Formats: sequence, C-alpha cells, structure tokens
Amino acid sequence: MSAVSPDTLRAFPHVSARRRNTDRAMRGVLALGTLLALIPLVLILYYLLHKGLGTWTGSLFTTDPSGAFFGNPGGIRSAIFGSLEIVGIATAIAVPIGIGVALYLTEYGGDSWFASLVRYFVDVMTGVPSIMFGLFIYIVLVISHVGGGFTAWKGSIALALLMLPIVARSAEVVLLLVPRELREAALALGAPRWRVVMRVVLPTALPGLLTGSLLAISRGMGETAPLLFTVSTAFTLTGSLGQQMNTLPVQIFSDITNPRTAVIDRAWGAALTLVALVLILNLIARAVSRRSRMA
Amino acid sequence: MEASATTIAGGRSILERSPAARFPDRALKWGLTALAAAILLLIGYFFVRLIGQSQYTLSHSGLGFVFGNDWDVSRNIYRGAPLVVGTLITSAIALVIGVPVAVAAALFISELCPRRARGPLSILLDLLAAVPSVVYGLWGVFVLIPKLLPAEKWFASTFSFVPWVGGTVYGPNYFIAGLILAIMILPIVSAISREVIATVPPENKEAALALGATRWEMIRMAVLPYSRPGIIGGAMLGLGRALGETIAVVLVIGSAPTIGKSIFSQGYSLASVIANEFGEAANTQSHSSALFMAGLVLFILTLVVNVIARWFVSRGQHGRRGTGGTGIAIATPAGDAR
Repeated sequence: MSAVSPDTLRAFPHVSARRRNTDRAMRGVLALGTLLALIPLVLILYYLLHKGLGTWTGSLFTTDPSGAFFGNPGGIRSAIFGSLEIVGIATAIAVPIGIGVALYLTEYGGDSWFASLVRYFVDVMTGVPSIMFGLFIYIVLVISHVGGGFTAWKGSIALALLMLPIVARSAEVVLLLVPRELREAALALGAPRWRVVMRVVLPTALPGLLTGSLLAISRGMGETAPLLFTVSTAFTLTGSLGQQMNTLPVQIFSDITNPRTAVIDRAWGAALTLVALVLILNLIARAVSRRSRMA
Repeated sequence: MEASATTIAGGRSILERSPAARFPDRALKWGLTALAAAILLLIGYFFVRLIGQSQYTLSHSGLGFVFGNDWDVSRNIYRGAPLVVGTLITSAIALVIGVPVAVAAALFISELCPRRARGPLSILLDLLAAVPSVVYGLWGVFVLIPKLLPAEKWFASTFSFVPWVGGTVYGPNYFIAGLILAIMILPIVSAISREVIATVPPENKEAALALGATRWEMIRMAVLPYSRPGIIGGAMLGLGRALGETIAVVLVIGSAPTIGKSIFSQGYSLASVIANEFGEAANTQSHSSALFMAGLVLFILTLVVNVIARWFVSRGQHGRRGTGGTGIAIATPAGDAR
C-alpha cells in the first residue's frame, strides 16, 4: 500500500533522533499490545488442553452424569447430544427466518423507512445481552407454563432469537454482494421476482450464507444463560423436546460450583469438547468464506 | 404506446403476468415484510412483558431500586444499587484494560505488521470471541483467581494510598470480573477498530508519509483522527457486551450483594444476580419481580449504550453505508475475513 519503508525513512537525515525514537517506541508499544491481546487465547487453550485432555476417555463420551454425591460422577454424553439437538432446532428456526429478513432488506425494503427501522433493530438485537433472550422466553413461555415448565424446545427458541440477528445481518452483507447485473439479467429474461430470488440470488450467495449461519451456530452452541432460564438441566439422555435436557454449557456451569475434583475435571473435559466443537465450526465457516471469495 | 394492440381481456398488457402468476411474487414480498415486522413486534412485546413483570417492584421501590443500597433476600428487601454499581465498576475496568490493548492490536495489525501476518493475526484475535463465556468462567475460577491473588495482594498493599485499591483482597472480586470482561470485549473492539481503520483513505496516509512523517506520526495524524468516532463506537459496543455478560461474571464476582470498598472486593452485578437467584425467587413475587426489574434496568442500559455506539460507528464509517461491514463484526467478529 505504501511505498515508504522504514529503511527509506532512516535514509532521510532530517528525521530527528527524537522523532525516530518516538516512532520506534510507539511501534514497540503497539506490537506489545498485540502480544498482550494474544496471551489470553494461548493461556486458555493451554489450560483447556492441559486439564481437559486427560479426562478425554471413552467413558466421558459414553456415559451420562450420575448426579450421585459419591463414586463415579459419570460423563457428558447427554450434554453433547442435548446441545446438538437444541442448537440444531434453533438453527432450523433462525436460519430461514434470518435469511428471510435479509432478503426483505436487500430485495424489497431497500432504503425505505421501514427497512431502515428493521435494519436498525436487527443491529440493536445483536447487542442485547444473551441473558435477555433467556429471560424473555422465561417470562413468555416458562412461567406461564406453555406446554410444561422448563423444556428443551423453549431453549431452542431462546437460542434462535439470539442467532437470528447474527444470521440476518451477515446474510444481508452477502446478499448485497450479489451483482446487480445478475438480478437484472434474470428479470430481463422474463423471470418473476420470486424466481430471481430463488434461482439466482440465493444460489449465488450460498457460500456466504453458509458462513454466516455456521458462525451463528457456533455462537449459539456456547451460550449458557439463555438455556439456564428455559431448559434448566437433566442428567439422563433424552431426545424428547418436551422435557428438561442436559447441555454442555449448563453442565460445565453447574460442575464448576461442585466441590468434588472429579466433577471439576469433568468440567474441563466438557469445556475442551465445547471449545473444540465451536472452533471447528468457526474454522469451517472461515474455509467456506475463503473459497467463495476466491471463486 | 401500442397499448390497444397488446391488451387482452381484463385490460392488462400481454407483457403483464396474469394475477395467478403474480401471486407467488406478492406472497414472497408480503411474507418477507411480515417477517421483518414480526421482529419489531417481538422486541416491543418483550419490553412490555418485562415492564409488566417488574410492575410490583416498580410501584414499590420506583427509582429507589436503582439508588437504594440494600439487597437482602432474607428480609425481602430489594434495592439494587450494589448490582448497578457492580455492573458499572466491572465494565469500567473492562474498558480501561481492554480498549487500549484492542486498539493497539488493531493499529499494529492494519498499519505495522507485515502483510502476510495480517490475516492470521486477525483470525487469532477473532477466535477469542468464539470461546464460550462459561469457559472463560471456568478458566477464571480455577486459573486466574488463584494465580493472580498474590499479585493482587501485593498491589493492594503497595498502592493502598490510591482510592479503592487498599484493603482486604478477596479471591473472586470486581477486578477479576473486569479483567475477564476485558478479554471478552477485546475481539469486538479490535475487529471494529480494524474495520474503521481500513476506511482511512490511502491518500491521507500517503500524504502524511510524503510530508516526511514517521509511521507513528502517520498513525497519529492521519489514521487516528479519521477513525476516532468508529473506535469510540467500537469501545461502546464492547461496553454493551460487558454490561450484559452473565455467566463468566457470576462465577468470579463473588456474589455479595454489597457495594465493595475496593476493586478487590466481592460484589454482584445486574446480570449475575438474575442468573443466581431466579431459581429461589420463582415462588416469591417481590423477589422475582425485583429480578425482572434488574433485567429491565440492564435491558435499558444496554439499549442506550448500543444506540449511542451505533451512532458513533455509523459516523465513523464515512460513506460506507449499506456494506453492513460492522453488522457482521458485531454479530461475531470472526465473521469478517476481509
């Protein structure tokens, strides 16, 4: 971008020593800041591997937490399946609606006042603390006992609300990147608007939409607070959405406050599992977006 | 023009589609509009229900909820100043520690580091945002608290003359909570700063360099003034995150419903009190209503901070409206692989 290298600068005699030293010092400070910013990630990953890997035995993934005060605390099987199921349902709700809202914004809303209002509130929703979505579902569905008290499907809805603005906002960005000429060409050939959307706009934007959705999923996967208020927890493996369910974040959360070392070890193992899942989703999302950008 | 020649029964042009053929078009348009409207209704509905649920506390304490310093579950008294103060202190600590580091990293990555290191460095920073908050809590409880305690004790006794530093040092405290929040807001502040720094016109930077400015002078005179509003907006969005963080904070703040005497005291925050007490509060109207009130205060607080932040960010993105670059960054800093 800039042709002036530090060496060239040094060649100019009129850059005084004071200015040169300030420059050097400030470069050092900025580099130090970057280093500081990277330390937490390294430390967290180190401790996760250090304390978590040892607990990764077969029984951790094949048994459910026993809930007993003595003896074998059990594994995290029900938590893994619960997380996958709840996040899966949340994705099935959030992704179509989120992409739908984004389609409205790019294909129909444009710059109208209503579209601007929606865009604004979707933005604001991304800043709403996750506990609020849990609280919302708690108020609307849990304490009013709609279909039972704490149930898994309510957790899915809470997570879907949290993921929706993420999907919608990232989808809008991607849909705006679809060249206008493509839409115009299809319209000029006589395709009705909905076909243009379904056959031209969406397929073109597909990789980008996938990236945004995967990032939203990875975000939903790690959320504890919305589930605490809606799903509560359970020990045994259940596929039924109408019951309380165990999930990875909530199990880690309750294991942390347990005084037994075996249970805390399990928390580290569960945390390593959760971070591995989330990071893998993140890296896949990144790989997808990189490929689409090259094409 | 040749309307008469090309119209068919019903008076429409042959170029127009029949009403039946146009139906899917309209259905899609109105369906999507309804979807967008539903989002707005949902937010409004939540707000109304939240006020409804906190009605009991609103009518009993009113503003005293925010300013009264007495949260005692056993006596059934709920005045939330300790919670508000705890939320504000921890968020302030997070900003003081997190923002300078995040901005420094953003400047280094976009202006100083070799081009090839730019991508990997950004990805590493963004990955911090992917770590779930409960994992930060776990790490805070079993690593950060025990490892930092000696350092905190030393700091508190050496600098005890500084206000709010001296005194007893507890394991879980405001500072630890603030430090974890600082780490959690790092990626978002840094990602937004990087984005606004990327909008600085190369002409400005090149002009500074051509006039003989050093790299740092170029950053100070061309980059920073131009991107200041955006960086402030990014910091405010980080603040919004910090205010509302629940799980990581509840594990390391100590859960003491009092206003601590120093930054190393135990405390409580709005979000963490809800997470901790909602189970036992379910059967007491005054208690649960007070928790919903805490939620209402938190909701309004984060809403206001977010609205101001967005104003700054949009001002900082000179003429880049519609790219929505920050949208994806706000959602997950990891999303922006530019």
